[in-house]
Amino acid sequence: MKETPLSNCERRFLLRAVQERKRLDGRQCYDYRNVRISFGADYGCCIVELGKTRVLGQVSCELVPPKPNRAAEGILFFNLELSPMAAPAFEPGRQSELLVKLNRLIERCLRNSKCIDTESLCVVAGEKVWQIRVDLHLLNHDGNIIDAASIAGIVALCHFRRPDVSVQGEEITVYTPEERDPVPLSIHHMPICVSFAFFEQGTYLLVDPSEREERVMDGLLVIAMNKHREICTIQSSGGIMLLKDQVLRCSKITAVKVAEITELIQKALENDQKVRKEGGKFGFAESIPNQKITAFKMERAAVDTKDVEEQAEEIITKADPPSEVFTKPILHTPGTAQIGEGIENAWGDLEESEREEAAEEEGETDATAFECQQMEMEDTITSCRSLYNFFFFFKDEPIVLSDSEEEEVVILEPQDVPRKTRTQANLKQENTSKKTLNKKRKKKRAAH
Amino acid sequence: MAALELLSDEGYRVDGRRAAELRKVRARMGVFAQADGSAYIEQGNTKALAVVYGPHEMRGSRSKALHDRALVNCQYSMATFSTSERKRRPHGDRKSSEMTLHLKQTFEAAILTQLYPRSQIDIYVQILQADGGNYCACVNAATLAVIDAGIPMRDYVCASSAGFVEDTPLADLSYVEEAAGGPQVALALLPASEHIALLEMNARLHEDRLEEVIEAASRACKAVHAVLDRVVRDHVQEATAL
Repeated sequence: MKETPLSNCERRFLLRAVQERKRLDGRQCYDYRNVRISFGADYGCCIVELGKTRVLGQVSCELVPPKPNRAAEGILFFNLELSPMAAPAFEPGRQSELLVKLNRLIERCLRNSKCIDTESLCVVAGEKVWQIRVDLHLLNHDGNIIDAASIAGIVALCHFRRPDVSVQGEEITVYTPEERDPVPLSIHHMPICVSFAFFEQGTYLLVDPSEREERVMDGLLVIAMNKHREICTIQSSGGIMLLKDQVLRCSKITAVKVAEITELIQKALENDQKVRKEGGKFGFAESIPNQKITAFKMERAAVDTKDVEEQAEEIITKADPPSEVFTKPILHTPGTAQIGEGIENAWGDLEESEREEAAEEEGETDATAFECQQMEMEDTITSCRSLYNFFFFFKDEPIVLSDSEEEEVVILEPQDVPRKTRTQANLKQENTSKKTLNKKRKKKRAAH
Repeated sequence: MAALELLSDEGYRVDGRRAAELRKVRARMGVFAQADGSAYIEQGNTKALAVVYGPHEMRGSRSKALHDRALVNCQYSMATFSTSERKRRPHGDRKSSEMTLHLKQTFEAAILTQLYPRSQIDIYVQILQADGGNYCACVNAATLAVIDAGIPMRDYVCASSAGFVEDTPLADLSYVEEAAGGPQVALALLPASEHIALLEMNARLHEDRLEEVIEAASRACKAVHAVLDRVVRDHVQEATAL
């Protein structure tokens, strides 16, 4: 299916985050996600997880006649497949541009850099050589496929054991694993790809972009290096304009990252070797945690709770005190009482009897009083109180209502802070001090 | 191949050039009447032909049209007689597809595509003789063709390859030097701003040497720029002299 386009607000959000040097998963600009390597039961099979991006690598070998112009060298064949299970946009037979790009990059990184000694793969020059085939399958796409694939490729090659072979004259004997132990491939060095995503015409740079970051990036620079600080491949893509010093800076960062990742790979290989030797259980079944079959567990994130108390104290002292809640009962009519006021009724002016109107009026004024509490945050408690008391006092006196739809008369008296309240009728009381006009609300009410 | 000396003691390469010397560049613009823009370039023995059509309406699927930019559609193909052994698949194999992608990426960055929304610019490049520096010759030819077509670009896009032998960077590699397996860098540069439109490197090179090699490639690109600029000015002068 077609890839869901990224919404503009998400794009803007991601770009803003990059500008403020923040990433969605909380990493720093130059941080890698967690790399997990697990091996299968067979030699040459491994799964590499870079964050949530998962690549399966499988190495197999076969005896074939060599290429005519390279008669004494073995053949290396790389194939990266974007499985439809990795992302909804991947379909078998589509997305060929990305596929070509990734495949060529893997080929150049692992084959042209001569990390495997191909001459050692020769059995009989001109007749039989080993063809090593590396199949990489992307199982889940969460950004930065190329890094995960390059790690999977080189780890699978390091892990692989080919059958032992002996040549007597014209006869070639291939020994089964039971007869003779399989032989590892001779690997000169381990090239690892590191990807850099560029944003805003090269101003901002992120290492190991996640899938969302990849969608909004301007371009990508991939540098493949080994731990001896030899660059194996550089590839810039996406049409960004780079400067020479940006490239040099990236290569320095790559050196650091590659050293870390190579160490991780060595440890993983050693662990697996140890487990197999000691006769322990190995394989994918063992590396999947016992809780879930799908093995998609969340990484535990450490939360720093050292200064939580101080922060909480700070917030409390700086914050405004909450507004008072009046719990005095309001008496509408004898026999009924109400504590607190609900939300104001927005049904509009109702033509009712005077008494109901009066009651309503009181209710409304009470409501307005309550509302103005809600609307005015910064008012002091005393003014609230006084207004409320005022209304209580006001309740006992006769109210003259007018049917006029005209806007109310505002009687401002310089007593207290003018408040936003609403009046329904002309109030003859002189104590109507803090009533300011709130035309909008009146109109809104009229509109209902 | 081990006996082949890429750089002699006196500092001469296999074809008699010095380490920083480029091959002879000959170029012509406007070689085809039908196309909007066309150019032919020879860099030493490498011969490349580029043809540009556009900007025109989207052909094929309208859905691929970009609402705010022009789409740059490239095709790179090598003639079957271009290499020493007959090439069975002129285009469609992985290496050609990769070259096509690189060309597309380079020119999307250089052409002012914002001026032609919802349209398409086609760039077809054909290698007639491949003697090293295929990608670079393609880029140079395509630059001339785009200029011939009158499509506005940010700057000339000049490309050159560079290698590294015995502590000396070599500029503009020929096929023999490429096949020897040493490190090689292909660089596409916009000379005025020194922006790198494409950087590609193969084979192992120590990190400390990277700067030297990129520097050598940049200087070669600037030299190519001088030549291409001369060609364009001469062509325009010829065309307006009538």
